[in-house]
Amino acid sequence: MLRELWESLTDALQGLGAVVHFLFRLVANSPRALMRFDLISQQIFNSGALSLVIIMLSGLFVGMVLGLQGYELLERFGSEEALGTAAAIGLVKELGPVVTALLFAGRAGTALASELGLMRATDQISAMEMMAVDPILRVVVPRFLGGVIAMPLLAAIFSVIGIYGAQLVGVQIMGVDSGSFWSQMRASVGHADINEGIVKSLVFGVACSLIAVFQGYYATPTAEGVGRATTRTVVTSAVVILFLDYLLTAAFL
Amino acid sequence: MGPSGTGKTTLLRLITGQVQADSGTIEVAGENLRALSRANLYVLRRRMGMLFQNGALLTDLSVFENVAFPLREHTDLPERLIRQLVLTKLQAVGLRGAALLMPAELSGGMSRRVALARAIVMDPELLIYDEPFVGLDPISLGVILRLIRRLNDTLGITSIVVSHDVKEISSVADRVFLLSGGKVVASGTPQELKSYPSETVKQFIDGLADGPVPFHFPAPDYFGELLSRGEIL
Repeated sequence: MLRELWESLTDALQGLGAVVHFLFRLVANSPRALMRFDLISQQIFNSGALSLVIIMLSGLFVGMVLGLQGYELLERFGSEEALGTAAAIGLVKELGPVVTALLFAGRAGTALASELGLMRATDQISAMEMMAVDPILRVVVPRFLGGVIAMPLLAAIFSVIGIYGAQLVGVQIMGVDSGSFWSQMRASVGHADINEGIVKSLVFGVACSLIAVFQGYYATPTAEGVGRATTRTVVTSAVVILFLDYLLTAAFL
Repeated sequence: MGPSGTGKTTLLRLITGQVQADSGTIEVAGENLRALSRANLYVLRRRMGMLFQNGALLTDLSVFENVAFPLREHTDLPERLIRQLVLTKLQAVGLRGAALLMPAELSGGMSRRVALARAIVMDPELLIYDEPFVGLDPISLGVILRLIRRLNDTLGITSIVVSHDVKEISSVADRVFLLSGGKVVASGTPQELKSYPSETVKQFIDGLADGPVPFHFPAPDYFGELLSRGEIL
């Protein structure tokens, strides 16, 4: 029993070490990969633009729910005008980065992992190595950087649309005064809040992209292995995002 | 040549430096693979071309771009020249007309021919084929077989073909090495191998079901197991 626990603990630590080592390899190769920005912009399109619809739709609905719940709660204290502030702070600092990252892991992360896993399973990675092309530099780093760049942009779009969703419900439907909704938001949401959101979404972007490319690149080269890598990408990403979110929130207080 | 699981593909991976040998040395074109740095290994690999079992074409690039891939990665040739080179290589494998197709639209034999064009686009000195005949219809198989021989002779290169198809290899190889259990058990021309005085070689060449490689997977005594109460199950 203890032995098993010890073994699974050392396994987990070894896994973590492998991921960190992989991250160093990616970072070390990043300057050279940046020389070919066309490859990276292609991946920003794949990870970012192709996730836009799901991000925007989810942002709208999350914002609308926030408007409804926030109104209901604030009305009890007679401070409905604070709805704009509440929604904006909730979205920019918390819901924007976290929900975007979870959706990003589900949409872009799985796509990355299965794509790389398939490349591994069909010998495309080995073929590149045989053509004297470094697959880390040519394939993995552009995908990683594409995800890292796309994630904060998506989170920002999510938050903006979410605020409009909250405004739609709060102002248009529930009748909060439009002027106070916006002016209170402007008065009380500061640089610090925005920065927290940006830092969080950047960190989540690194974590999600790293997990996805790691799982994909080291997937067992079979159909089953690719499937497992995809599942593991989502599960690991979700747990890591929420864990990091707590750490970062605590650090920003 | 050799039966499945004797280490043919492992040997290829060793020769190409994809895996490191635990002991011993491997020399390719006079270079000791173990002593080579990663950068120098990549320099050496530019002199090799390898055809993977299923072609291993990059699925997000067209046939043309797949063949152009090594040129774009390693050279600064002008676009016009790249086009000429790619088209001549595709013509050599008979697929110039398929230049704009995507890999998903190709049959197994066609993928392998495109991969062959890609493998020769950098004019290698050594071409390596990993099981090039597996799963091909007779026509595609004949095409690949003829291409292997023709490319070898016209380009003046060395070809290593790993396979377990006795007939096909015998018709194209100058020299055959038979592997069994991780060791070379016989070598010579295809003719010499046919009359090789060894049970292992004879079983493989003639495709006999039983011999040094037994038909039965190791198991306890048959009747004893049938008559027992079957605790192990």
